[in-house]
Amino acid sequence: MSTTPGRKQIHLAAHFPGVNSTTVWADPRSGSQIDFSSFEHLARTAERGLFDFFFLAEGLRLREHNGRIHDLDVVGRPESITVLNALAAVTDRLGLAGTVNATFNEPYELARRLASLDHLSAGRAAWNVVTSSDAFTGENFRRGGFLDRADRYARAAEFLATARELWDSWTPEGRQRPFVHSGPQFGIEGEFTVPRSPQGHPVVIQAGDSAEGREFAASAADVVFTRHSTLEAGREFYADVKGRLARYGREPGDLKIMPGVTYVLGDTDGEAQERAGEIRRQQVSPQNAILALEQIWGRDLSGYDPDGPLPDIDPDPDSTLVQGRVRVADPVGVARRWRALSEAKGLSIRQTVVESTSRQSFVGSPGTVAAALEEFVATDAADGFILVPHLTPGGLDDFVDRVVPLLQERGVFRTEYSGTTLRSHLGLPEPVWKG
Amino acid sequence: MTSSRTLHLAAELAPGAGDSPSALASARTAAPAVGGTAARTVALARLAEGAALDFLTHDDSFTRPGLDALAVLARVAPETRSIGLVPTVTTTHTEPFHVQAAVATLDWVSRGRAGWRIAVSPTGAEAALFGRRTAPATAELWQEAGEVAEVSRKLWDSWEDDAEIRDVVTGRFVDRRKLHHVNFQGATFSVTGPSIVPRPPQGNPVTVVDATRPAARDTAAHHADVALIRASSAEEAAALRAELRQGARAHGRDPGQLRVLLSATVDLDAYEGGPAALAELIAGWHGGGAVDGFHLVPAVPERDLERFTAGTVTRLRDRGLFRKAYEGTTLRDQLGLARPVSQYAAEARVTTGARA
Ligand SMILES: Cc1cc2nc3c(=O)[nH]c(=O)nc-3n(C[C@H](O)[C@H](O)[C@H](O)COP(=O)(O)O)c2cc1C
Repeated sequence: MSTTPGRKQIHLAAHFPGVNSTTVWADPRSGSQIDFSSFEHLARTAERGLFDFFFLAEGLRLREHNGRIHDLDVVGRPESITVLNALAAVTDRLGLAGTVNATFNEPYELARRLASLDHLSAGRAAWNVVTSSDAFTGENFRRGGFLDRADRYARAAEFLATARELWDSWTPEGRQRPFVHSGPQFGIEGEFTVPRSPQGHPVVIQAGDSAEGREFAASAADVVFTRHSTLEAGREFYADVKGRLARYGREPGDLKIMPGVTYVLGDTDGEAQERAGEIRRQQVSPQNAILALEQIWGRDLSGYDPDGPLPDIDPDPDSTLVQGRVRVADPVGVARRWRALSEAKGLSIRQTVVESTSRQSFVGSPGTVAAALEEFVATDAADGFILVPHLTPGGLDDFVDRVVPLLQERGVFRTEYSGTTLRSHLGLPEPVWKG
Repeated sequence: MTSSRTLHLAAELAPGAGDSPSALASARTAAPAVGGTAARTVALARLAEGAALDFLTHDDSFTRPGLDALAVLARVAPETRSIGLVPTVTTTHTEPFHVQAAVATLDWVSRGRAGWRIAVSPTGAEAALFGRRTAPATAELWQEAGEVAEVSRKLWDSWEDDAEIRDVVTGRFVDRRKLHHVNFQGATFSVTGPSIVPRPPQGNPVTVVDATRPAARDTAAHHADVALIRASSAEEAAALRAELRQGARAHGRDPGQLRVLLSATVDLDAYEGGPAALAELIAGWHGGGAVDGFHLVPAVPERDLERFTAGTVTRLRDRGLFRKAYEGTTLRDQLGLARPVSQYAAEARVTTGARA
């Protein structure tokens, strides 16, 4: 690998555009969110850009709003692991990361599916462990909303530990041994049918922000996917999470911190800013502006004019209007800030939402963006980024063509893959085999 | 029985899938070499695709050594173009919602070539891997498997084909009147829906049920697009086929939408007369109306699939009994099965009709 010694290297991942309002579907260049060709295009682009991994999110129930299926954003996506296995056929080096819930799955089956992906991709599998426990999602599953919110990480941690026992149940020399796991969450035993996979253990990603979530990451994850995408918040989060590692006998380099970030490029910074404004207006349609407001207020605001002023009533703190997505933590505070902004600048509902919710993380010429990304990593606000394009499937093309070469020139990004596994791209140690 | 009735041919890919006593042992021997699974399976799939076989099955269970079958066939999908891909999927300890999403996704990544062979996990050893429930009686498990097939069809149908509208003027990506809660209540589980996956290319991927065991037969008659049987004479096969078609009719189905294939473990090294004699047998049983086709379970896939395609399939094709090339692009096309209309779209039409 040709890197400049002493310069902290950047890790990059590509997030398939999501089921959310970041993804612009109304643009004429917007393609299918479900045809395999879209996944193939984005994955091949990421591999052309020598990215560490490709990433798929998950949602196990279609979001509902006011008792009806939410219809304003992209809806519908494939089951992650199956798509990743197919992508293993059309890529060679790119890591393949899938989000899979630890609440509505069982360790034996999921450990087997992940080990299968690691074999079929020759060592490129990763699992983003998420923990939703809501009863709304549970209505699609055998056990319903069986888990207390307080227990979500207890289950996730024991789930992951159990999966690792299964992955360790074959010796590195290829001998199968029976396993027994007995704990508060799982009591299982038998033989695991899959020999130890190329990475030993697939790479584990954690996405969740609470203290328990950070502790779980520090104790057991290889990568943290975070939403802290500003310099100050990033540094604070980075120091906090890395500071928790020593307690588990781990080194700072053992856990990579990668915020999910958006970006807009232009030939000049001015052009990029202009484009960023256009994209934000595409993301926040008049209907989406009212919806964004309803998500804060927890009330039916369909009677309000998106081009008119904000409601003067306060949010309903006990609202169940929104189902299947994370509820805003302090709705009354957010409403107060939005009103203040609207009054200070004379903004309509839609303009306020555009101003408040959809700022892109990195906006500028390729040179400006490359410098900002490097600063982020060099000053310990991150170890890399999970890039979230706003267009399917071509949203990463520009970044790979124009920003990656500049990062390489700066000596902060690989110019070729030096290894074949995702662990090797991330510079993660081999997992210790627990015999 | 008309002589123009299409002959369907399928083959099993998993190492040691036959019902010979040495099958599991040979699967165990193969397991440590799973690193080569992708290359091995792609090579076999291309061989079968070169002979224009309808589909490939890949056996699986939670105690079967080797990789997850659906994963293996998803890995094969982009490296093949026309052949159907049918992994075994168990329904006992799995989540119906996840299972249907995975099968729908296999249909998306293969552009309409997916099926699934429904299986149950009857053993205590399998139950212990999950630790959630003890193994119920096999008849109950097949009852549940039928419910999983039913809810899967509902979930595949829960997105009507034209649910995605991308209507810029109203800001709506989907027409939510065309997304349906399925509100399924079974004996052992319930699912609200709708699916998270848009309706797959085939509408409903192809459901295959191994109807060898009597406990599975009613589920096959009720839910299978393709039923696999075992028989030692053409008469026995014909009787089983008649029983399954009768069962389908009793469940209100059109028996013309059920294909019955004879599943046979074949060791072409030991088979008297070799590939040519096998071609004779297939032509005879199919021509006589005993079955709609054959599902070959090769004793040694690498060896027997080669001989089957080169020796047996070639002869059948030369006699005009088997297709020379694929017609259509989906597995349903190969099997001559209609692409089903979403049951919810059909419902809406009936309701509208009633009102008009
Ligand atoms: C950046 C990020 C991405 C996430 N992606 C998903 C996802 O794809 N699917 C999902 O079910 N939950 C996702 N989550 C939710 C988390 O798994 C978790 O349920 C949630 O953050 C609550 O946990 P916490 O209290 O620790 O934050 C994500 C969370 C974060 C921070």
